Parts: sequence; C-alpha cells; structure tokens
Amino acid sequence: MPFPVSSTRRLAVMAVGSNGSRVATVDPAVFFRSSKVLIVAGKGGVGKTTVSAAMARAAALSGLSTLIVEVEGKSGLAALFGREPLGYEEVVLDPGGGPLGAADIRGRTITPDEALLEYLRDHGMSRVSKRLLSSGALDVVSTAAPGIRDILILGKVKQLERRGEADLIVIDAPAAGHAVTFLQSASGLADAVRVGPVRAQAEEVLELLTDASRCQVVLVTLPEETPVNEVVDTAYSLEDRVGIHLGPVVVNGVYPPLDGLEEDPEKAAAECGAFLRPGEAGVLAAAASFRLRRSRLQAEQIARLTEQLPLPQLVLPFRFSPDLDRGDVEGLARALLEQIAQMPELAGDTTGAES
Amino acid sequence: MDVANGPRERSGRESPTGEQSRLALLVAESSVIICTGSGGVGKTTVAASIAMEAAAQGKRACVVTIDPAKRLADALGLRGGLSNEPRRIQGPWSGELWAMMLDTKSTFDALVAKYAGDPQQAERILKNRFYRNISGALSGTQEYMAMEKLYELHEESDFDLVVVDTPPTRNALDFLEAPSHLTRFLDHRLYRLLTAPGRGALRAVNLAAQAFLRTVSRVVGSEVVEDAIAFFRAFEGMEDGFRNRAKKVDELIASPGTAFVLVTSPRRDTLEEARYFAEKLAESGLRVQALVVNRMHPRFGEPRSADANRERARTFAGKPLGALYENLADLQTVRGREEEHLQGITALAPDAAVVMVPFLETDVHDLDGLARVCRHLFD
Repeated sequence: MPFPVSSTRRLAVMAVGSNGSRVATVDPAVFFRSSKVLIVAGKGGVGKTTVSAAMARAAALSGLSTLIVEVEGKSGLAALFGREPLGYEEVVLDPGGGPLGAADIRGRTITPDEALLEYLRDHGMSRVSKRLLSSGALDVVSTAAPGIRDILILGKVKQLERRGEADLIVIDAPAAGHAVTFLQSASGLADAVRVGPVRAQAEEVLELLTDASRCQVVLVTLPEETPVNEVVDTAYSLEDRVGIHLGPVVVNGVYPPLDGLEEDPEKAAAECGAFLRPGEAGVLAAAASFRLRRSRLQAEQIARLTEQLPLPQLVLPFRFSPDLDRGDVEGLARALLEQIAQMPELAGDTTGAES
Repeated sequence: MDVANGPRERSGRESPTGEQSRLALLVAESSVIICTGSGGVGKTTVAASIAMEAAAQGKRACVVTIDPAKRLADALGLRGGLSNEPRRIQGPWSGELWAMMLDTKSTFDALVAKYAGDPQQAERILKNRFYRNISGALSGTQEYMAMEKLYELHEESDFDLVVVDTPPTRNALDFLEAPSHLTRFLDHRLYRLLTAPGRGALRAVNLAAQAFLRTVSRVVGSEVVEDAIAFFRAFEGMEDGFRNRAKKVDELIASPGTAFVLVTSPRRDTLEEARYFAEKLAESGLRVQALVVNRMHPRFGEPRSADANRERARTFAGKPLGALYENLADLQTVRGREEEHLQGITALAPDAAVVMVPFLETDVHDLDGLARVCRHLFD
C-alpha cells in the first residue's frame, strides 16, 4: 500500500528486535517515563482494554503510579482486576507494594457531561452549566460541533496530566473506527471554534497531543488481514492529521511458538516409549496442524505489518483462556516489560523532535 | 479455485444440520436481513455471505456494508472499491449479487435535495458548516443513513433481499433509534426557539432565546451557535418529509419480511453484548431470528480431557510429544471455555437458528473465503 512520502516524515525507520541485531537492555521505566499520557487505541475486538490493563500493570511494576482512564462504559477493564465497574470517582484497581514493590494502579471513567460541568464550575459558570444540561442544550451543542464531547474528555485528561495525578495516565480509547475522530477532535475544533472555553480546551489538548514528551499513542492490532490494514491506515492518519507521536504497535493474540509440532505423533510417542490411545495420534496431528497453519498466517501478517509500518512492535501471546483475569494481565505485563527492555530506540528517542 | 466449482457445491459434504437449513430458509423467506453485533466479530463477512447464499438461491440480492472494508471490496472483484451505488458482482450463482458501501454524507445530501422546497434551499443547507459537521458525524447519522439506504434499496430497486451490515457503534442499538433521532432533534425546544419568528407575539420568547444563546456562545463560541441557527432556519419546512420517512423506515424494520441476524464470537464479553442486544431488540418488539457464533476454535477430541493432556505435556516436557500434548491441551481448553459460554445461548434468542462458524484456517479476504463461510453457515 503506497503512502505519500510526507506520511513518513516522523515514522522513524527502525529495526524490529527479532531481526538479529543485538540491542542493549534498557530499564522499561525509561519508556513509561517518556510521556505522561499513553493512549491505547485500536478497532473493536483487538483487545485494547486488555492491553491498557497490561500496560498499566507493566508501568506499576516499573515503579510508576498509574491511572487508567476509561472513556466509555462497560469495557470490562475493572473486571480484569477483579473489581466492580469504574465510575467518575477514582478508585484503587490494584494496590502496589508487596514483595514486588509495584506502585498502585488507580482507575476512573471520564464522561463528557461530567467533565463539562466540572470545567464550568471551576471557571465560575455554574449557572450556565445547569441551564446547559437542564435545557438539553448540551445535546444540541455537542451535535453542532461533534468534537465537543471528545474534547471535553481529552480536556479533563490534560487537567489530570497537568496536576501530576499519576506518573503515567493510560487511556483506554473509544472503540470502532473512532480513534482518529477522537484524537482529531482538537485540531478540528481549533479550526471551527474561535472563542470561548471550548476553544481554549481544544488548543491546550492539541498541545498535549502533539508533544511527544507528554503524550504518545499505542496502537493495538491482531495479526490478521483486516486489522493489520486498518492499523496501518490509522497510524498514518494520526501522524499526518493530528501530528501525534506513535509509540510501539502492540500485536495481540499471537500464538506462542511451540517446538516439536511438526513431529508425527506416533513417532514422537515411540521416542518417549509412550503409548497413544486409539485415535489419539489423529487428534494430536490435527490440533498441531491447526496451530501451525494459524501461526504461519500470523507470521505473514506480522511481516506485512513490519514492512508497511516502521514502528517497533510488542507482541503479546494468545491466552488459551478466553476470559482473562488478573493472572493473565500479570503475564501480559511481564511479556511487555521484557520486550520494552529490548526496544532499540529507547535510549535516544524521547524528544520526538518536530520537523 | 473453489468458486469455479460453485460455492453451493454440496457433493461430498455432510448434509446440512437443522440449524443451517433453518438459516437458509430464513434467507429464502426474508426481504431484508439486518446483521448486528459488536465490533470485530465478523459482521461484514457474515452479511456478505448471506447475500451470496441468496444469490445462490436464485435471488437478486444486495449487501450494504458500512465499515470501509476495502479488502472486502477488492475480494468481491470490484476494482476501485465500492461506492454509494450498488455494483454487481459476477460469480457462479444463478441469481444476482450486488454490493455497496454506505457513504453517509452523500446519502444525507441526497435526502436533503429530495425534501428541500427548491434547489436554493438545498444549496443553503449543503453549504452550511453545521450541516457539514452533522452530516458526517452526528451521533446516529451513519445508522440513520444505513436505514435510509436500506429503505431506498428495498422500495425503489427490485432487490429480492437487502442485507445490511450495521455500523460499528458504541451503543449497539443506535441504529434502531436512528430514524427517530433526527426527528427528535428537530422537535427539540432549542430548535423551536431558534426558528421562532423574530417579530410580533413571539418577540418575548425570542428575547429569552437570545439571552440563552449568548451564554451558550460564551462556552462553545459564537460561530457554532450562528451556524446552528442558520442551519435550522434553512431546514425549515423540511421536517415533515424527514419525519414521514423515519416512520416508514420504522415500519419496514418491524415488518415480517425483515429478519435480524445477531453475530457474535464465543467470548464472554461479546456474548454479554449479544445478550444485551437481544434483550433491547425484544424490548422494541423485534426478534433475533438467527444467531451466528463466529470464530469458534475447532474441536479436537474431547475438550474435557484438556487437564489430562496438560499433565501428559508435563510428563513429556522438552520432547516433541510434550509439545503435541501441550498444544492439544491449549486448544481443548479454549474450545471447552467457548462451549461453556455457549451454554444457555438458546435462551438468548429462543426461536433463533444457532449456527457456528469455525475460526477458519485462513483469513477471509476473497470470494473463495466467503464461499467457505457460506458452506459453514448454510450447508
């Protein structure tokens, strides 16, 4: 898929760890400290929420106090930590300390209505705010300028970042094809709205989004045809239209390699002096062949992603338990930590120099 | 190539199960099929497969996809992708297969042109910045236009079946409410204030409106408010057209020829969403006639033997036999969980045909792939 040359202006070309080049191991905390806000985005069903949780846990294990922000309801984020669904009030999702010395993970939601009311209250406009809500004008207004709802959320995130509420704020971004619209709301509004608090919010959010030392976006995908196409499109759109700094791409759900699956089951059993029950060889062979075929497809898609999107990749294993829990989050967080430590560009690229 | 032999090639295959026959019958009997479900479960693929099956049954079928799945367009043999007008797809079916990709904005533009009193009114609206914003992004606009296109295709083209792939929404039900969304918007009190005449008896109302608008302007900026007022004034007189159309779309959705196919995957979260979805549909007096569980892991032996196989994997760890057992245990575990989740699935939609589509060996991105999905759905 050809892209205009300008598209690649800030997508630094870099090696992906597995290509044989030796890379020095770095402290993952360097990565997590490189920006205060980490936005996890991707299309529905790719595991954004799981990756948000794993990223937060990895940061907490590196000693950073972490706040996860959920921007739409019922994402199941809290359930991954065995907690009740999140609300606007902040709660501790996962207390740190213990033998691992991890930091706390806290969580909350941000809704546009609540964010706006809070903003207006803080700016001496309580009366306007009540009337905006009671008249239903907020609906009409946010319809008139569709980015307003998104900007209110991002405006609140910016406020949390400014206040230093946590070492790292992880945003579990909205699903669907909404990531680009969501992150583009600031530049869109800065064009459309010329005065007032919303304009001010839009400008400040844009500053946050385009400053690599404050914010980066981690895109999540699956090693499959359509998700790979979409993540490539999204990556270039975000860079070109929003000027946002992209962190590594997370490839979720990759079957872990397993040596020995090519072996004929009868032969493998004979080698161990084991006996197979009737029909067992066939079942073992069929299962092995399924895994090998899917793995091959995944490898092809990862290769295609590597070729089309020059960003470092973090690969997360498929969990053979469809319902993830804290244990899975822990496992995924450790997988992230290991790979982040190997990321080749960590040492240099924290400035995100504007071109 | 698979398709060359005909996607409906049945020889050498198992005879269809009752559920698959029921789904095929549903396709035969419906004139509208609406595919719903949460993001990433394969709605687009299922919708396209349903249209392909209808074509194989000899019907004239059209699938409306929403998600800009360019790959699907390529796969359907449509160089240059799909547009807002249906395009015919050639293949070895006795009927006709057509496909189109919904373009929300041009559908909305066409509606405005249709209901405008004169071309000048249409032009004033189409040029308005507020309109340009909402026509692409008003929550529910995409859903509304999907329903509008469905109505248009159903009423004005002589398709036997129109299959709609619903938009990936935050709220899975937006599309149902979409036809009434715009009319509710037009009935809004603020809209009435904005369009109230500036002179005579309503002057007082208008003054109150002006004061309120000034405060709103302080928050969101005066341009936004001015654009909105200009839009509402330009829109005057067109509400009835939209309102009537919305009513007709509602009637079409509720008519007996319209079937809902709920697409899900066998994971707990997507099944919960499917359950929520089915309940909401039922509240609106609509029934799910078929449930497609997509991306099931295949069954290798007895899923219950996963633990025993995991134990054997440990016994033979480090040897190929250990890997073979570990893999078998992994796949049995995941399949076992999937089956657990699917227990009680029939309660979710009591009369629905329940069809499972396995996680295929290859990704679906061409006509052959669609034909394979078709075989799992219908044969």
